Amino acid sequence: MKTAPPETGAFFARDRIWHPPALTPGYKTSVLRSPQKALISLEGTTTELTGPVFGHNMLGPTDNDLIVNYARPGEMAIGQRILVHGRVLDERGRGVPGVLVEFWQANAGGRYRHKKETYLAAIDPNFGGVGRTITDDEGGYWFKTIQPGAYPWPNGVNDWRPAHIHFSVFGHGFAQRLITQMYFEGDPMIARCPIVRTIPDPQAIEQLIAPLDWNATVPMDMRAYKFDIVLRGRRSTLFENRKEGN
Amino acid sequence: MVQTLAYLKETPSQTAGPYVHIGCTPNFSGISGIFETDLGSGPLANEQARGERITIRGFVYDGLGSPLKDALVEIWQADADGLYNSPAETRGRADPNFFGWGRQPGDMQTGEFVFHTVKPGRTPFRPNDPRLMAPHILFWIVARGINIGLQTRMYFSDEEAANAEDPVLARIEHRQRVRTLIGAREGETVRFDIHLQGENETVFFDM
Ligand SMILES: [Fe+3]
Repeated sequence: MKTAPPETGAFFARDRIWHPPALTPGYKTSVLRSPQKALISLEGTTTELTGPVFGHNMLGPTDNDLIVNYARPGEMAIGQRILVHGRVLDERGRGVPGVLVEFWQANAGGRYRHKKETYLAAIDPNFGGVGRTITDDEGGYWFKTIQPGAYPWPNGVNDWRPAHIHFSVFGHGFAQRLITQMYFEGDPMIARCPIVRTIPDPQAIEQLIAPLDWNATVPMDMRAYKFDIVLRGRRSTLFENRKEGN
Repeated sequence: MVQTLAYLKETPSQTAGPYVHIGCTPNFSGISGIFETDLGSGPLANEQARGERITIRGFVYDGLGSPLKDALVEIWQADADGLYNSPAETRGRADPNFFGWGRQPGDMQTGEFVFHTVKPGRTPFRPNDPRLMAPHILFWIVARGINIGLQTRMYFSDEEAANAEDPVLARIEHRQRVRTLIGAREGETVRFDIHLQGENETVFFDM
């Protein structure tokens, strides 16, 4: 990682209109799980400006290869092979190095490897559905996986999730902590999904749809999708000489 | 237009969903052999770490008072001397035997979450504002039905004087709500329940 001095400036305020609100009745589970009182808003303190660091040495060689990381030796997960790649940037457009990116997904048939999962699609014995990586000096990351399938879920009578990959992103300050989902360009299921529709602004939804990246496709091997992730930006410490209340 | 602002928008949040444990605590969810251990699942400090040992226990309750059994809770805190184990900590280096971050799922049957850690020291409010905050631990809660991670704090019932001068607690206009942020000290155990809704709705922050 670069040896630039750590940044300690305050984070830009989160744009709560861009994010989904807590209460979104179309996504029924939110009804009893959404706080109803206003959030207490203030610029972050030392606690939110800081965060843990995850070293590349914690990663195993197949942590970013879901095609093989749960497969029996010599075997692989069933499905269309894809490469997902992108950069983690901050709101100032700078790459963020050393970010822990964790991802999980259903298998090619839309089935998760989970006790509570009841969808009748088959379990793939060679697919666990989880991986992780840490961004490089420019904020770049990539992983190999199989294209996940769409799946039905009990919300409306006939609700289906579009194909998606879940992402957990751990930046440099706890204020940057984010969980989100990536969708695939051209999927007609996206617009119908009650979870996608918890996001009010169509442009914000666009930000979650990964385009097919033809140039990054590996011929005779894997198609590629590009998914850049933007974390909250930080004020430059040059402008930090202001005392609370002044 | 010559002058344009080139800021990007933060990636919008989406719910962690019902299977967040596959991604964040795969061994707990029964997927073993990919990662050796679940990240953040151990104690936040090893046996050599300075400070008072505490165990935090609690539940996350929904609007009908039922405990969530599919929530994931993360915590972040300073060491016993009030130093964060982070490159952004400018006042010194945290205890090398202290990590400071933990991640725990609720128990599958009961929903209870448990963290083993040390009691944090007091930390300054901001890098440029040395007023001290009372000892506290940041909590971050995600689950199915939660569209964006909920951020709150646990303070300590045995820190009344420090709590009274804490600059964050001072921002809470409805003073009767401050109690939702106070963990109840019972010996080594600190009980801290989180209520997503209702009469006892926990104070959540946008910071
Ligand atoms: Fe999913």
